[in-house]
Amino acid sequence: MEDAPPNPWLSWRYVESNWSELSAQLANHATLTLQAVAIALALAFPLAVLARNVPWLTRPILGFTGVLYTIPSLALFALLAPFTGIGRTTVLIGLVVYALLVLVRNIIAGLEGVDRDVVDAARGLGYSRLRLLWGVELPNALPSIVAGLRIATVTTVALVTVGVVVGYGGLGQLMFRGFQSNYRAQIATSSILSLLLALVLDLTIVMVARASMPWARSRRAS
Amino acid sequence: MSIWAQAWEFLSTGVNWTGQNGLTRPTFDGGWRFANDSILALSIEHLYMSFAAVALAALTALPLGITLGHARRGGGLTVALSNVSRAMPTLALLTLFAASAIGFGNRAVILAAAIFAFPLILTNAFTGISDVDADVREAAEGQGLTRLQVAVRVELPLAWPLIAAGLRTSASQTVATVPLAALVAGGGLGVIINTGLATQRYGEVLAGGVLVAALTLAVDAGLGALQRRLTPRYRRTTSLVSA
Repeated sequence: MEDAPPNPWLSWRYVESNWSELSAQLANHATLTLQAVAIALALAFPLAVLARNVPWLTRPILGFTGVLYTIPSLALFALLAPFTGIGRTTVLIGLVVYALLVLVRNIIAGLEGVDRDVVDAARGLGYSRLRLLWGVELPNALPSIVAGLRIATVTTVALVTVGVVVGYGGLGQLMFRGFQSNYRAQIATSSILSLLLALVLDLTIVMVARASMPWARSRRAS
Repeated sequence: MSIWAQAWEFLSTGVNWTGQNGLTRPTFDGGWRFANDSILALSIEHLYMSFAAVALAALTALPLGITLGHARRGGGLTVALSNVSRAMPTLALLTLFAASAIGFGNRAVILAAAIFAFPLILTNAFTGISDVDADVREAAEGQGLTRLQVAVRVELPLAWPLIAAGLRTSASQTVATVPLAALVAGGGLGVIINTGLATQRYGEVLAGGVLVAALTLAVDAGLGALQRRLTPRYRRTTSLVSA
């Protein structure tokens, strides 16, 4: 065993000589995450508004998204495969499903948390329902929505790796191959890249949210 | 035959539940392991792995969270820990373990699942204890209670709903995460999913997924009932979006 070749956890040579593959999977990982979160957000918003405005729909919608969350990601990806084929679409559908739950819950919580007096005042000023939602409730619920968006984005980055079961796991692909061939540098590098991606996306959301909520900033400053 | 019919056939065949040769198999070193061809044995193994992971996490996170919460210190640490654990892919941790001295198999999976359950239990214990009304604490101290008595008899009961919610959520999350074990040679119900995938019998994949979902919902419902019974009536609140 003394002649065993070195198997370091971190190796710059690995990064250098495999950069094209690393960057390709990183790009896959990032675009999958962004696409999934964008689609989930587009679906979650009407669902949450519907759940809040139609009382008898609230429990079914929350219950349904809750049950979706108990389906193991391994099974969901594997099960979609015979219908949607092996590859990107399958992983994307799975990711959207999981991001939905977090987003729907947080948007409902945000809308419910809006000060009743503020809504009453807007109504008294003659705001239509749509304008009330868009101009008053949404900005007030934004902190909660952003919190949900951050959680959904970061968990989606982690979840992409499970896509390895249908051959499209982004950086998870490299982790799994590293596991199969006991290649430590490959596992460690792809894990670190995946953590970094989550961090960068999270920070981006925080900064965009700050720029789009000037009122929250001034309140903290005063 | 449709996938649903295949799944039904798999689930309604008795031998798939009991296994060809009972629930356990002897191993080469004289011990035993759970049989891979029995739904019952895999379910028991699944529950055992989940329980061990949550217990391990709770035994470390609860004392730490309660102590930190009592001192009202370390809020930044708990937030940072829970954020990092969300960003860390389970697969990354499992493969990192497998390539290190920890190795793979059930013990590595239990450790990994415990690491993911830890931050949620810690955060809820910390938040629950540190959010106890300062006036209430002062009143208790004014009545001559020691610090330990304040922690055990005042703060803990008031923080209990949040602590219990953390334990319950982390338990159902763990049950839904443990299937990933099958990717790194671990046991539990994920084995059914993984085997079905490898042999392209998607009915079995569906059956495995349904079994895990049912187990998750059952664990959540069971712990929910337990939580309600253990919560004093005056602390029971109903919220639409309580996790």
